[in-house]
Amino acid sequence: MGNEKLSLEEVHNSSSPKTTIWWFFLIATCVKVLLFPSYRSTDFEVHRNWLALTHSLPLSRWYFDETSPWTLDYPPFFAYFERFLSIFAHLFDPQIVHLHQGLNYSSNKVVYFQRFTVILSDLSLLYGVYRLTRKLDSRKQNLIYSLIIWSPMLIIVDHVHFQYNGFLIGILLISLSYLEEGRDLLGGFVFAVLLCFKHLFAVAAPVYFIYLLRHYCWGGILRGFSRLLIMGGLVAAVFASAFGPFFHLGQIQQVIQRLFPFGRGLCHAYWAPNFWVFYIMSDKGFAFILRKLGFNIQTPAASFTAGLVGDSSPFSVLPRITPSVTFIMVLLALSPCLFKAWKNPRPHMITRWISYAYTCGFLFGWHVHEKASLHFVIPLAFVAAQTPEDAKHYFVLSIVSCYSLFPLLFEAQEYPIKVLLLLLHVILSWSGFSAQFYDRAETRAPIAQTKQKVDQFGSEGSLSSDVKKGGFVFGLIERSYLAGLVFIEIWGQFLHPLLFGDKLAFVPLMLISVYCALGIMYSWIWQLRSIVKSH
Amino acid sequence: MANKTKKKPPTTYDDVEKDNIWSSLIHKGTPTTFTTIALFAFLIRFLVSLYPYSGFRNPPKFGDFEAQRHWMEITINLPIREWYRNGTGNDLSYWGLDYPPLTAYQSWIHGVLLRRFHPSSVSLFSSRGHESYLGKQLMRWTVISSDALTFFPAVLYFIIVHYNQPSRSRKTDIAWHITILLLNPCLILIDHGHFQYNCISLGFTIAAVAAILSGKDLVGSVLYVLALNHKQMSAYFAPAFFSHLLGKCLRREHPVLEVSKLGFVVLGTFAAVWWPYLYSTNSFLEVLSRLAPFERGIFEDYVANFWCATSILIKWKRLFTTGPLKLISFSATILSCFPSMVQQIKSPSNKGFLYGLLNSSLSFYLFSFQVHEKSILLPLLPTTMLAMEDPFIFKWFMKFAMLSMFPLICRDGLIVPYFALLALFILVLNTPGQRRVRENNNYVYNYLGTMTICLILFCSLVLHIVYLTTQAPKKYPFLFEAMIMNLCFSQFVIVTIGCNIKQWMLNKNVKLLEKKHI
Repeated sequence: MGNEKLSLEEVHNSSSPKTTIWWFFLIATCVKVLLFPSYRSTDFEVHRNWLALTHSLPLSRWYFDETSPWTLDYPPFFAYFERFLSIFAHLFDPQIVHLHQGLNYSSNKVVYFQRFTVILSDLSLLYGVYRLTRKLDSRKQNLIYSLIIWSPMLIIVDHVHFQYNGFLIGILLISLSYLEEGRDLLGGFVFAVLLCFKHLFAVAAPVYFIYLLRHYCWGGILRGFSRLLIMGGLVAAVFASAFGPFFHLGQIQQVIQRLFPFGRGLCHAYWAPNFWVFYIMSDKGFAFILRKLGFNIQTPAASFTAGLVGDSSPFSVLPRITPSVTFIMVLLALSPCLFKAWKNPRPHMITRWISYAYTCGFLFGWHVHEKASLHFVIPLAFVAAQTPEDAKHYFVLSIVSCYSLFPLLFEAQEYPIKVLLLLLHVILSWSGFSAQFYDRAETRAPIAQTKQKVDQFGSEGSLSSDVKKGGFVFGLIERSYLAGLVFIEIWGQFLHPLLFGDKLAFVPLMLISVYCALGIMYSWIWQLRSIVKSH
Repeated sequence: MANKTKKKPPTTYDDVEKDNIWSSLIHKGTPTTFTTIALFAFLIRFLVSLYPYSGFRNPPKFGDFEAQRHWMEITINLPIREWYRNGTGNDLSYWGLDYPPLTAYQSWIHGVLLRRFHPSSVSLFSSRGHESYLGKQLMRWTVISSDALTFFPAVLYFIIVHYNQPSRSRKTDIAWHITILLLNPCLILIDHGHFQYNCISLGFTIAAVAAILSGKDLVGSVLYVLALNHKQMSAYFAPAFFSHLLGKCLRREHPVLEVSKLGFVVLGTFAAVWWPYLYSTNSFLEVLSRLAPFERGIFEDYVANFWCATSILIKWKRLFTTGPLKLISFSATILSCFPSMVQQIKSPSNKGFLYGLLNSSLSFYLFSFQVHEKSILLPLLPTTMLAMEDPFIFKWFMKFAMLSMFPLICRDGLIVPYFALLALFILVLNTPGQRRVRENNNYVYNYLGTMTICLILFCSLVLHIVYLTTQAPKKYPFLFEAMIMNLCFSQFVIVTIGCNIKQWMLNKNVKLLEKKHI
């Protein structure tokens, strides 16, 4: 074995974070490319129509066009983005951007083109993750890369169902990274840009406002005012560059109407797993009980998913919910976090606060899509790498919210793909967290524990917080909850069709909603507690 | 191997493998590592399954997908004795069964499953050319389940056996090797894209190799006979199995007894598999004649072997009739794998056995009669098993195996998965923080030189692009295919020579070691 000896000389290439993150991204890209022919939702046609619309119509008609039912309902920056993409679409295949001939165009060319734009736009996610993880040790970096860049939720929503969430969340992450570095002005600027891409991100605006006010503008009347003016001017400039042209054309009313279609119902067609699921269920429950008791309860004519038609309430017993009620509830839920942000605005808490804001918006908001859970699950991955407690919470949350996306892909062909994506995420994050919070219970000393309480959420306390509660181990409640998830899936896929056939077809979906809503509520309470308890 | 342990004292793996990507993957131990990689491998297989199969919407004969489906149709609707016989219910000219009985049994099982969920896809006659969403899903599921039941466990078995020795227990290496074995791009493309069941016969072969490496020769021979009875192409490995087992038996106390034990087991397994056709000599010969389609000529399409590559200069098909050609190709094959057989009979060793497998399958690929481009999967298997010992040969061989299948892949409409899997393969090879064995100590590498290697890789890249973008001149419609095949053929020849020399070098090393010990 003489030759062997020679070849044993090893070359250790110390990999830089840049190569590593590219590696993660490229592996994900291979998977995304392989997903090209998979199922795509109507959102695909929505975005194709927007390409066509922005390419073939003048700016003044963008928000008025009704050639296709999928009218433009995103803010102007996204429309500009579609306009930019449409240049290449036109070069690639002119039919894609044809307003009439392109309707429901579904050749390989258009699919490959649009899918490819999603992959490319994910570069902003890559950059956001890179910026946020620059200062961490490489083990944490790898963990976070695998959680976000290989996130099954992003792959399901963006690369199968078709949307541009990775791109938008990437912008959010870039903004967060600036705030964490203390570069508040840039952070605020990027967030304003994000709002002009997709207004649904505005849920976190109160937190941004309070935080920037206290952290950036506070301190001395003169300094404070001048800084407030700078920040205000910058944000106003961003909004002006987005909405200015439409303001100039006198179309701002129409744009606002398109952006906020309150004609829609409290819930989406498939109930997002949030607070209103419980509200609706308890309404049904009360109505049932009261009817049994002999009261005359009428079945409501309106449904939760349809808009506010006339004066009829979709609820039979409980009071009716209007958009303003949901608005107040979100603000109420946000208030402890706003209070904390006011009292002690600290950069390393901002990711936690913003995620919490999106959680509140998801739980109590009006007409929430299940996909909106991405807005807080992705940023929480950065929090998850801090302490074992955070990791445990994130582990449960990411599984639940990914599972709640399953009804999006309902065809047989994608079934194994979504299941495998989730399973891979489970096993990767489980082994990643276990390696990160290696069980060192024996070395645990009482001193470490007391010290622990002091800097529980300290960004530097990685070593001491590793020791806390002996690593990544789950209690009975978490375990049985996750096992219940498996049961719900087996019930929906096999037992229900076997026992009931086609009857009560809505039950499996409702079960998923209710069961996942439990998990998300738990996550909300957990996040609230961790924010309130922090110093 | 003894050397290895001396040279590298068991270091604490913690500090070596602290911060690379595999570290969290291997943290929980090999079972978790294997599960994770297997899940990923399944994901990739399901993703490739989304793409079209061979002969998709291409009547009247369609492709391999239709062949497999037709076999299911035949086996579940006809009595077992008529499976290989031309008759009213069975038109052998339309995708007649031409694989050994185990394939037929497997088709029967899958056919029964398909009939349970989607009866019209396997009904006699009326299902010809059947194409439907559900039918495609079910057929794809049958391949993936066969993969899960044979190939994956076999790989696990092989890994357990191969990394049994304490000196080899670097967990990162194990993880890497599992990935390489399970994410073989060629195998995934052919089985889950093009549509075939190579995973079954290759799985049996890996299991057989693992059994023999762990000293269970009888189990190994049974498994190998099963592989042989699933696809007759597994005979590419026969010389290696034969010579290694013979060599081992000769070194035992009672050689004759050992050989006859093996012979008995082999014959017994054959008899069990062929039982339904053994009631008369006639029926046995009937099946056997189906397995050897000599009438199809020495080569079909463009394949990177000796006959096809040299046919540019020597028109073999015109010079000789099938009879002499059979003889020539048979003797060329035997002659070319003779050295490696002799080496194994002389001094059988585990490593030599793996090289023997590679060499014998390569000589079959290069010289035997009626070779398909898909048969490159067979020599590819031992190179993946040797990937840890000989990373350069493995990478080199894989790249050209992929290239040699490229025209086929283009015909099937699998270009996107081809490039995605190639990229994935290169990414896995270059995992950041991965321990790298230096390549420039390799025999073939030294022979070729860095410049030549870059040049050849560049050529293959150009050929990919040219093949995709340019129309071949009318006078030579298959010009680019011929160029691709000749490039691949030249590389395969170099690999063959290099590996034969390497196998013989093993002998020298053993002698050196013995001398040192004395």
